[in-house]
Amino acid sequence: MSGRLLEISGLKVHFRTDDGMVRAVDGVDIGVDGGETVCVVGESGCGKTVTAKTVLKLIDMPPGKIVAGSILWQGRDLVPLPPVAMRAIRSKEIGFIFQEPMTSLNPVYTVGDQIAETVRQHEGMSRRAAMDRAAEMLSLVNIPNASRRVHDYPHQFSGGMRQRVMIAMALSCNPKMVIADEPTTALDVTIQAQILDLLNEMKQRLGMAVLLITHAMGVVAETAQRVIVMYAGKVVEEATVHELFARPMHPYTQGLIRSIPRLDLAATEHRRLEAIPGTVPSLLNPPVGCRFAARCRHATAECSAAEPPLREAVPGHKVACIHAEAIAA
Amino acid sequence: MTQYLIRRLLIAIPSLLGISVILFTVLALAPGDPFEELATNPAVPPDVRAQLRASLGLDDPIHERYVSWLLAMLRGDWGYSFVSRIPVDQLIMQRLPTTVAVIGASQVLALCIALPVGVYAATRPYSIFDQIANTLAFVGFSLPTFFTGLLMILLFSITLDWLPFVYSTNITSSGWRWWWDHIRQAIMPVLVLGLFQGAAWTRYVRSAVLDVIRLDHVTTARAKGLPESRITMRHVVRNAMIPVVTLVALQMPAVFGGAIVTEQIFRVPGIGSLLISAILANDTPVIMAVTFVFAGLVIFFNLIADILYGWLDPRISYR
Amino acid sequence: MAGSIPASATASAPARPRIGPWEEAWRRFRKHRLAVVSAAVLLMLILAVLVGPFIWRVPIDEIDFTARLQGPSWDHPLGTDDLGQDLLARILYGGRISLAVGFTAMLVAVFLGTFVGAVAGMAGGKLDAALMWLTDLFLSLPQLPLLLLIIYLFRDSLKDVVGPEMGVFILIVAVIGLFNWMPVARLVRAQFFSLREKEFVEAARALGASRLRLVMRHILPNALGPVIVAATIDVAAAIIAESTLSFLGLGFPPDIPTWGRLLFDAKDNLDFAPHWALFPGLAIFLTVVSINFVGDGLRDALDPRRVK
Repeated sequence: MSGRLLEISGLKVHFRTDDGMVRAVDGVDIGVDGGETVCVVGESGCGKTVTAKTVLKLIDMPPGKIVAGSILWQGRDLVPLPPVAMRAIRSKEIGFIFQEPMTSLNPVYTVGDQIAETVRQHEGMSRRAAMDRAAEMLSLVNIPNASRRVHDYPHQFSGGMRQRVMIAMALSCNPKMVIADEPTTALDVTIQAQILDLLNEMKQRLGMAVLLITHAMGVVAETAQRVIVMYAGKVVEEATVHELFARPMHPYTQGLIRSIPRLDLAATEHRRLEAIPGTVPSLLNPPVGCRFAARCRHATAECSAAEPPLREAVPGHKVACIHAEAIAA
Repeated sequence: MTQYLIRRLLIAIPSLLGISVILFTVLALAPGDPFEELATNPAVPPDVRAQLRASLGLDDPIHERYVSWLLAMLRGDWGYSFVSRIPVDQLIMQRLPTTVAVIGASQVLALCIALPVGVYAATRPYSIFDQIANTLAFVGFSLPTFFTGLLMILLFSITLDWLPFVYSTNITSSGWRWWWDHIRQAIMPVLVLGLFQGAAWTRYVRSAVLDVIRLDHVTTARAKGLPESRITMRHVVRNAMIPVVTLVALQMPAVFGGAIVTEQIFRVPGIGSLLISAILANDTPVIMAVTFVFAGLVIFFNLIADILYGWLDPRISYR
Repeated sequence: MAGSIPASATASAPARPRIGPWEEAWRRFRKHRLAVVSAAVLLMLILAVLVGPFIWRVPIDEIDFTARLQGPSWDHPLGTDDLGQDLLARILYGGRISLAVGFTAMLVAVFLGTFVGAVAGMAGGKLDAALMWLTDLFLSLPQLPLLLLIIYLFRDSLKDVVGPEMGVFILIVAVIGLFNWMPVARLVRAQFFSLREKEFVEAARALGASRLRLVMRHILPNALGPVIVAATIDVAAAIIAESTLSFLGLGFPPDIPTWGRLLFDAKDNLDFAPHWALFPGLAIFLTVVSINFVGDGLRDALDPRRVK
């Protein structure tokens, strides 16, 4: 499928640490089509954020290093791309929204300045025009009194408002895709929904693709068209959102879905919230075979013998588990 | 911002009062009457003595003495030098410009060293450059100014005979030559002070930049597609200047200390060497006044640092 | 950068043998090569000034006009001064004074700082605010002029009470200590505020530990690491301060050859006897630079929050 907007294949990103090589991302394939929303979901530490940041090469290199794989952006591989060419892609073609709105804006410049900076970098506008664009973007993301608030500093905004500013900044150059790295994790629950709605609304109006990184299954259900489940640096399952919730095939995915709090069930059946037992394995020395085996109640000797490949069990539904059919049935 | 400035000014007043109280306490605690010698010193005319005693109100209760002393100090009513019998304020005003010029030039030099070296080292942490710069900075601020001063005299004046080692107050040449002679004799004092401060500041700049460089907003700037040089200047160095200003302000007393030593080594006719010669000659009014002027200068520079700080960090001035 | 290496949060580090905090500190200190070298140099310097005078038994005040201003030779390894006095003996003896001043002044500063910091940290509220204002005030005092002023005013009367050497020693140590306690006070106070609410202190309080006991047993030991680092730097600062005073001719009397005093005497003979200034200057520099490096190593070892 070479027609895809973004095609990550066989990506391996390792970090050198004092204790050894951490294999944060260890062979990941992700594809995103134009105008599509893809969710990458997994526990913290599964490598999803590193994967997202690696697309724009925003990880620190060193200690990080892209060891293998390719990142095709509209058919062009970003991995060997020199910094100058990389800069032309950042924000102009792929926008990025960070997890921490409180610290992701520079406290010493006005938000207008910071948005205008992006626009000026890529569109070569005058200072005046760029500021006008910044105000326009702020009102687009529903910040009241936008033309006045462009002159305010980040500390004069609340967390939710700052995340709106971050979204405005990421969208200011009309990118074809936006990567949102846990954009709601740091926010209050009530604000989280507003930000997700805003993201959806922006996507409808501007028609860009969204790669949304999250650990919350609830967010996935609300926003995604396609879902990719990551575990310990690997993709373990990939399907459309309906397929995945209707028929999760990987035991880890099943665990994730069962761990969503459900008020209706809790009230009627007195069911307790299920947690997945155990912890994520060390990425310094990942175990041989299936990385989930130690926590899996379906695990057999075969599971620890060889790494299960990601295979298309059902058309359009990929899974990396040798017992997938038996478990799903 | 105006409000912030007014508040800083109001905060500076108690500091000035505090320093003056400490100065006065030292004076009051000193055993004996520091002006005792006046009575037996034939070099001091009786009217000068009477005026001094009156201006200091030596027989009043302690708090009244403090108030009248402070008022006299603030009015610039500092009495006469025992030695030269010139009014102390004149004496200081003659010499202050030299001190300020030497300190100013050396601070500019220190900044010109510390900023590029510190930033470059911090953007390449643990590289060869960083390690060499870091080691040299350690050596630089471990070398006391009096020793570097002597070393420079040994090298540039005695061995190479390039520069004069005694500052001359009456340079007879004119035109360009006059300027050149002045610059030539200022080179070593400025170098000694500037290199010492530069070494200390390099470490401040390096660690401040290292702290900022790993902050989230720098990654944001990178995600915007800005060139690395622009990220460093606009999003790293600009933010790192905020803690550096504070640290530099804290260093001001040490800078003046270094200036006293340097002036003494090179015989620079500034207020530092005035202080030393006054102490060696038991010239109390001059000693008091110079110490007071140094205190005032420290507070003045702290105020400047506060203003800079408020200008650099919008979060401060709005609070 | 939050979350850039998320794996480290969950991936368990390979099991290291369990070691105590001091061994851990030593392990980190050893990593700082310059600090280890400096510690060795410093130990040698201390040993030299302590034991040296017993081995190199040339008297410090033996005047020999036939050997004036001589460069290094077998008889006088570091040369002689303008009275033909042996410089090696004088430097070894002067080093005792310089180092003694440095360490004693540091003790004064640490004691004062710990006291002020502990009172401020324990009392909180208005007293805390007042003490911190005082700390800031002392930080912005023009130290050298005040140092000179105090020594000028008090020198003679102390001399009368305890003799010239002791008088100057006490005065210099007290005054240098008085101007260097502020960083320690801030550290101790900060430690109080961060530790006051921690569980083990709460637990001790619940068990009815007295306030003083709480401070002595639980809070101060925890503040030890950063304070040791600050104290190390204080020794260097005090040595420089003493040398500066002596260099300006306002420290110890001429018959006590501290390193600064030697430089003061040497500076007018720089053209004929550069060795006279070079050796004491090098001694000061070597001491100060090695103390500073040791301090930097100790910071890595004891104050892991501030590791670069």
